[in-house]
Amino acid sequence: MNFDELVGNFPALTITGLEQGAIYALVALGYTLVYGVLRLINFAHSEVFMVGTFTALWTWEALGYNQNSPSPAFGPLLLALLAGLAVAAIASAATAVTVELVAYRPLRRRNAPPLAFLITAIGASFVLAESFGIGTARAPFGMPTLIKSETVFTVFGAGVTNVQLLILGVTLVMMVGLDQFVNRSRLGRGIRAVAQDADTAALMGVNKNRVILLVFVLGGIMAGVAALLWNVRYGYTKFNIGFLIGLKAFAAAVLGGIGNLRGALLGGLLLGVAENYAAGLFGGDWKDFTGFVLLVVLLMFRPTGLLGESLGRARA
Amino acid sequence: MTATVEKQRTPGFKDRWASMPKQFRWAALAALVVFLYILPNRWFYEYLGFPIGSEYFALYTTRSDFAAVLFDTAVFVLLAVGLNVVVGFTGLLDLGYFGFYAVGAYTVALLTSPESRLGTNWPWLAAVPVAIAVTMISGVILGGPTLRLRGDYLAIVTLGFAEMIRLYAARNEGVLQGQRGIPEVAHPPGTGSDGKPLFGVVDSKPYYWLILTLIIVVIFLMRNLVNSRVGRAWVAIREDEDAAEIMGVPTFKYKLWAFAIGAAVGGLTGAVFAGKQTFINSDSFVLESSILVLAAVILGGAGNIKGAIVGGAITWYLPEWLRGVGDLIGVEFDAAEYRILIFGLVVIVMMIFRPQGIVPNRRRAAEFADRRKEAVPQETVPNE
Repeated sequence: MNFDELVGNFPALTITGLEQGAIYALVALGYTLVYGVLRLINFAHSEVFMVGTFTALWTWEALGYNQNSPSPAFGPLLLALLAGLAVAAIASAATAVTVELVAYRPLRRRNAPPLAFLITAIGASFVLAESFGIGTARAPFGMPTLIKSETVFTVFGAGVTNVQLLILGVTLVMMVGLDQFVNRSRLGRGIRAVAQDADTAALMGVNKNRVILLVFVLGGIMAGVAALLWNVRYGYTKFNIGFLIGLKAFAAAVLGGIGNLRGALLGGLLLGVAENYAAGLFGGDWKDFTGFVLLVVLLMFRPTGLLGESLGRARA
Repeated sequence: MTATVEKQRTPGFKDRWASMPKQFRWAALAALVVFLYILPNRWFYEYLGFPIGSEYFALYTTRSDFAAVLFDTAVFVLLAVGLNVVVGFTGLLDLGYFGFYAVGAYTVALLTSPESRLGTNWPWLAAVPVAIAVTMISGVILGGPTLRLRGDYLAIVTLGFAEMIRLYAARNEGVLQGQRGIPEVAHPPGTGSDGKPLFGVVDSKPYYWLILTLIIVVIFLMRNLVNSRVGRAWVAIREDEDAAEIMGVPTFKYKLWAFAIGAAVGGLTGAVFAGKQTFINSDSFVLESSILVLAAVILGGAGNIKGAIVGGAITWYLPEWLRGVGDLIGVEFDAAEYRILIFGLVVIVMMIFRPQGIVPNRRRAAEFADRRKEAVPQETVPNE
């Protein structure tokens, strides 16, 4: 126990926690959307994120950046970021849709019991992770440093970097955008209808399978954005990074109330902050351990989360 | 709409087997057991006239020590039999089964190793019952609060639990000695006819025979258990937990029993593993192995002890054997590298096309068929 470390670095730990939590929150949205509509833990979602990190890296490599290249000027930087974002989002969404079509839809057609879905989800997750593992010789990959981390301003003695601002800003924009989409658009109404009562929604003319596909696409895009932010901030990827982030994002989704979009954001930020406080208190080695303890304790004592399950409710 | 046409059941192997005289069935079973015991012996193959050497011959795995492969396979079979109680009979998806295996292995290691900080230095045999008891208790401790959860939440909690054990073992520099692990775990006792210890470091055969014997004992106990009141309660819970509760089955108690018994088998396996390995650290208990055991149960046929045996054997033995076959035809096929990929694919395909497994439990197969029939009217909806 190191209270001095926790108290002394409190502002810095909070800021790092928020930044990590933002990435968890974006990934958590994928779990929450799919769970809200299908009551299914899309175990393969962690791999959707992993695919995003790799495709963004490959895009940058195709644009001529490597680990040694200097940080580009603003114009080319924006281009590289947007290109990486587009490719990662498309690749992640395509992966999510493939998983749905190959692994889940055939089971729905056969009215398989719920556990069968979880088992195929695990299978799909391992197939994706292992094919990337074999394809990349299980090596870790470094990234070009596109944005040089610089302190922009300080809060209570803790520096806030431009990368951290970017991550928090993008997360908030994506979050608000998704929230508005689900709450206001016609397609979003379809999502909420299917989440509330799939059969009734189908009777009212909502195409259930199209809504499910849409949900996987949205979750995939969010995971792709998270993957890009991860690349910018942490600068490495590996075939199995999805597992840990996926579990933590799932924990975040449960913390906020799975099936609840705003809950995912709240849960992600809370988890990120809690994890970093724990790291300050017990040492960095115990950070991941804290995540798991939090997940287990949460599921045991408050499985409905802080805001409750509610993709189908009005406040979405 | 082929799903609606029920195929006439043709008398298969199972029916023919059931119609054999009882004496014949016992003799066949005894012959199989004897065959399994002599399987790792070289003289057996020489006697049968197979060429010995680097060349391929039937059943033998040429790339790795055959007895070691058989031991690992047997470990998987025993784990699959244990997990089958939880997943197959009771229908609780436990993704953290390897956690119990780790608890069993660590208990034995801590109690027997002279390097352990506990300083107990027990013999292996004395540590095994303690290991089983400890894993059973840890099963109850985990199950107590978590078994109120259903389905997928339970799966994630057990997964989190197993990862917690692994991370804790890796980080704890005190008793568990972190990444350095615990060396010099005691071997099982016994002295061979030549005066050397029966259970050494080099030869895996005695360990294989030991675990084979344990498998037979566990299967015998398990069969009795499954056909008892407990087993019926488990199946009732799997089929419909609410209905079982209403009918007066104390579901929570029996779920806890399933967890404890599954955990005990896992702990026993871990104890044997630690006794053979002499060294353990947290790297021996990665999540992939949990998933492989689950794949074994699903593949073989959940809810059927025979299925668990077949599944366990396939997941470990087949890839090793295929490497030898690959050499024979001149293909470098490192099946161990692709093992998880292939089993991931197999699990998806199985769940879609044959969810009841290779050797299905008849009642469970009927359940799947029922659900499939219920789904048929939906398929006629035009926008499907």
